[in-house]
Formats: sequence, C-alpha cells, structure tokens
Amino acid sequence: MSHLQADVRSRAEELVALYPEPRSALIPLCHLAQEQDGWLVPEAVSEIAELCGVTAAEVRGTATFYDMLHTEPVGTYAVAVCTNIACLLGGALELLEHAESTLGVRAGGTTPDGVFTLHEAECLADCDKTPCVQVNHRYVGAQTPDSFDALVEDLRAGRLSDTIPNHGTLVRVRRSVGLQADAAAIKSERAAVAAEQATRAAAGGEKKA
Amino acid sequence: MAITDAPKIITARLGYDDSFTLERYLATGGYTGLRKALTMTPEAVAAEVDAASLLGRGGAGFPAGRKWSMLRKNPVTYLVINGDESEPATFKDHMLIEGDPHQILEGVLVSAYALQVTQAFIYLRGEFALGLERLQTALNEAYAHGAVGSNIFDSGFSVDIVVHPGAGAYICGEETALLESLEGKRGFPRIKPPYFPAAIGLYGEPTVVNNVETMANIPWIVNNGGAAFAALGAGRSTGTRLFALAGHVRNPANYELEMVKTTFRDLIYAPVLGGGIRGSNTLKAFIPGGVSAPWFGPDQVDLPLGQDEVGNAGSMLGSGSVVVMDSATCMVRAAWRITKFFSRESCGQCTPCREGSGWLERIMYRIENGGGREEDLDLLMDLCDNISPGVAWPPQQTTICVLGPSIPSSIASGIRMFRDEFLVHVKEGGCPFD
Repeated sequence: MSHLQADVRSRAEELVALYPEPRSALIPLCHLAQEQDGWLVPEAVSEIAELCGVTAAEVRGTATFYDMLHTEPVGTYAVAVCTNIACLLGGALELLEHAESTLGVRAGGTTPDGVFTLHEAECLADCDKTPCVQVNHRYVGAQTPDSFDALVEDLRAGRLSDTIPNHGTLVRVRRSVGLQADAAAIKSERAAVAAEQATRAAAGGEKKA
Repeated sequence: MAITDAPKIITARLGYDDSFTLERYLATGGYTGLRKALTMTPEAVAAEVDAASLLGRGGAGFPAGRKWSMLRKNPVTYLVINGDESEPATFKDHMLIEGDPHQILEGVLVSAYALQVTQAFIYLRGEFALGLERLQTALNEAYAHGAVGSNIFDSGFSVDIVVHPGAGAYICGEETALLESLEGKRGFPRIKPPYFPAAIGLYGEPTVVNNVETMANIPWIVNNGGAAFAALGAGRSTGTRLFALAGHVRNPANYELEMVKTTFRDLIYAPVLGGGIRGSNTLKAFIPGGVSAPWFGPDQVDLPLGQDEVGNAGSMLGSGSVVVMDSATCMVRAAWRITKFFSRESCGQCTPCREGSGWLERIMYRIENGGGREEDLDLLMDLCDNISPGVAWPPQQTTICVLGPSIPSSIASGIRMFRDEFLVHVKEGGCPFD
C-alpha cells in the first residue's frame, strides 16, 4: 500500500517520467515526501526507493548528504539565519545570538512545541539585504533583533501562512506537461538537419563553424 | 547615468514589477532571439556565440563557445544549466532567476538548438523556493506559447526542459558534483580526467554544463550578433557582466557593468554604484571574486574588472562577487568564517580538504577567541601548504575538485596582509574589535 497520498503519488510518478533514468527523481521525490510528512519517514523512503529503482539505504545515503533533507522530525518553520561573510559584516552573529535567546534553542535545535527549528545557514544568496533570514526557504528580508521578534510572533499567530507554506513545501507550482520531444521526432529532425547541411556544404553556400 | 554607455544586456527588464511574466517578456522583445536562431543553422548560431567570446559566468570563466565546440566531435546528448549559485556573497543568478526567468529559458532553448540536444536540465539551488516557482511558471507558459516542447515555433526542432531542484549543498555548484546530484546521488565531484562532462557527463553521455548568467546573455547575442557583444569590454573579457557588490558599501546590489572598462574603484565608490564605504570608515580590504579568491587591499582598487587583469594581479574575478570590508572589520573573524564555510561544505572525499578545513577552522577559532599562540600562524600556513602546495595563485591542487585549493585563500591573504592583527589577537588573548 502506498504511503504517499494519491495526489502526491501521482506527482511523484510524473516526476520520475521526466528523467532518462528514474534515480534522477530521487531528490525531487524527497522534497515531495517532506511536503506530505515534514520529514523523510521510513515508509516514504521505501516508497521513493521503489519509484527510483534503488534501495532504501541508497535513498537515505543520498538524503543525508543534503542540508534540506531531513531524516528526523523538524519544526514547522525552519528559520535559517545566514552568518556567512556578507551577513557577518552586517551583524549576523549578533542576530543569531538574539534568535537563540528569543526561540530558546541553540542553532540546530527545535523548540519544544515543534514550531521552530533554528539553523545557522551558509550564504543564502541575498547579500544586499543583511543579515539575511529565510523561513522555510522563503526570504523575509534583512532582519534586526526587533523585526526578528515580530516575525516570530507573526509566524506563531499564523499571519504569514499565505506567503510561507509549511515546512517541506518547496514548490507550489506544478509542471503543466510531460516530455514532448519524442525520440522518433528527434531522430528524423537530426537526419533532416544533417541532410540540409550536406546540401548546403555541397553548394558551397554555408561557411562551416 | 551608467559608468560606460554599454547597453544593459541581461538586466534591461528588471525594472518592471512584472519582469518575470510572459506578457512582459513578449512585450520587450522576448523570444525573438529564439525565432531568429531557428531560421539559422545550428552551426551559425554556435558561431555567433563563439564570435561573442562569451566567457562562462559561473566562476571558472571558460569560453562558452569553445566549451560547445569541444562537443562538435561527438554529438552532445544533454545540456545542463548550473543554477546552484552558492558561492558566498554571490547573488546575481538568484536575481536573474526570480526577475527574468524567460530570458534564461530562451538562452537555454537557443543553446539547445545550437547543440542539437533534445533535453535540457536546469539545476536550481534548492533554497531558491521563489525562484523555482517563477522558473517553473515561466516554463509552463513557454510550453503553452509553443517555445518549448514538440516542433517549437513550427521549426521542426523539438526540445524539453526540466527544472530540477537541488537540496542544499555548496559542492553541487561544481559541475561534476552537480551531475552526480542530478543523477540522484550524493554530490561528490568526479575525478577529471576522465570525467570531463564534455566526454563523460550526465548518465555517462557527452554533456554541456553552462551557468545561468551565461545563458541569459545568449538571446541578446543572437539578436545583436556576436561581434556587437565582443565590441564591449576588452581583451578576453567581452560584454557586460553582473557584479554582486556586498559588505560595507552604501549601496550593496547587483550591477551590470562593461568588463575591463570599469574598475573596482568605480564599482565601490561611484555614487550610482556602490556609493562608497558606509559610515565614516575607510576601505580595509576587498574580496574580488567570491570567497575562494585571494583578497586585495586599497592599493588595488584601480584594477579593471577583467578576467585576465584580476588574474594577473594574483586573484580572480571568479563568481563576480565583490565583498568590501571597512576599517572596523576584524580580519581574523572574516577569515575564520570563510574557513568555517569550507569546512562545513567539504564533501569529505579527499583528506586534505576534509581534515585540513576542520583543523584550519579550529585554529582560526581559537585565535579569534583568545586561545591562539604565536606559532599558530606558521601552523596555519603549513596546513594550507598541505592542502595546496606552495599556497600560490593560481593554486596547486591535491584534491579531486577545486574546493580544496580554495580554502587557503582567505587565511593566506589575512596573514600576508594583516599579520600584525593576528598577532594582536594572540598577545591580547582575544579579539581587539570586540
């Protein structure tokens, strides 16, 4: 029986169909599973393995390499405070210290109510707005200690749920179509181009690159 | 007023609130480059890109045209776009992806036609949630518009594009690690030779890997001709380029500037650009091309923004990120944080990088926090020498990929330029800037 819910399962199958080798869908499928469960529960890992044609160990072995994939439960909101060079110069270490005291956890920890997991992040590529903070991989702009506290309150009160979906939801836009360039068409197209080039070359009209 | 009168090649559309929509793209000349390319032969399209002398915008700066021509011997199977931007203080691709996704798609489509590939992948950094949504929306629109898919614009040419999310790993910006990741594996760089993507790439097939910003230039090049692009800039550095200016300047932002004709002084101090150092402080040092690059001091601000010009001066233009540090900056702390980054992001395959980065980070941490010893400076340099023999530039490599030899840059720069500051940390038993 499928652990992934019907719509998640059908999206997973669509993703697998996009790649020449099913294993390529492994990371996108992990994101999907996290969207459903918040983290990579063992049943989801087994199902991803089956969909990708690999073992569950290979899925876990891959997932543990990546910061965004979680093999244990995490908070509803992943709060990432960047402290890399540009943010460091903009006061990020002080902001992280403040975030730790506001949330009552050290970086890497989850609040006892399971709402927040705080991360000390590497560069998030928004370096003109420092210190940079992301919540569930959504940018929330440069933060000060005061604005950070207001942000935490807004998140707790559910006032940002439209702009910041729950943890695990990476992309809310679904691909509209499957692959369209079918192999036969590609082959005949390549043959046609080759024939045309040969004709041109024979006529001496086209300079070769 | 711009510093030179070069046109905006890749940022022209970003002033519009709806710059990311198909409507705006079509209203501002979008997809005309693709339509034009489809009337040309693939070779003629590739020849224009070659004539533009477009250097890859990812960091290594390899000519895109030559990368393509390496593949004319064996037919290319896949085109892969590197949108895994994670070099610290680099935020240009992020802006292009969110602000003008159709421009990237058009560049990919033209390139796919030139290379005659029927499947292209855009590997986007996982943390770019909005970027992934914007790019996927744009791709859906482009399919509906007939620009992607079967028989595009009735040309007979068919191609599919897949937007693929990463999951948080700096190393996946390295092209062979990116391919491993795209194959559903841990992001371990492949050993080269033999695994040059052009020969043995995605699924073992010949593959071209190009950066997002490189792709964004392609529509303009097709529309205006490679020669018009090559007329901008000077020497090997042609066209314009995005510079991501961060740190202690008044106006940190991405700036599209003509290469070579503009200097670091223009970028940092011009009122229409960086606007000078924030507050009343002065420039202490700057990093000219991402944290893998050796640092420059105030005496080097008049260097032109050109690949060879910066290379000959002992550093690199790299990812186009320029980090400005003012006189109140603790250089030990700056170098420590950069080293910590490399230590966290080392994939762990090669001993010098995996172990060396951690040792360096711990020594830097103890110097910054009052536990340092005078002999630590020699110890740091000895460790750097083990990772990259000679600690020279360009660096020697003892590892599979270039992450390893990038580690010593900040520490070696810090000790070379600010040795006294390191010693004060040791003598005073703490950071004098605290």
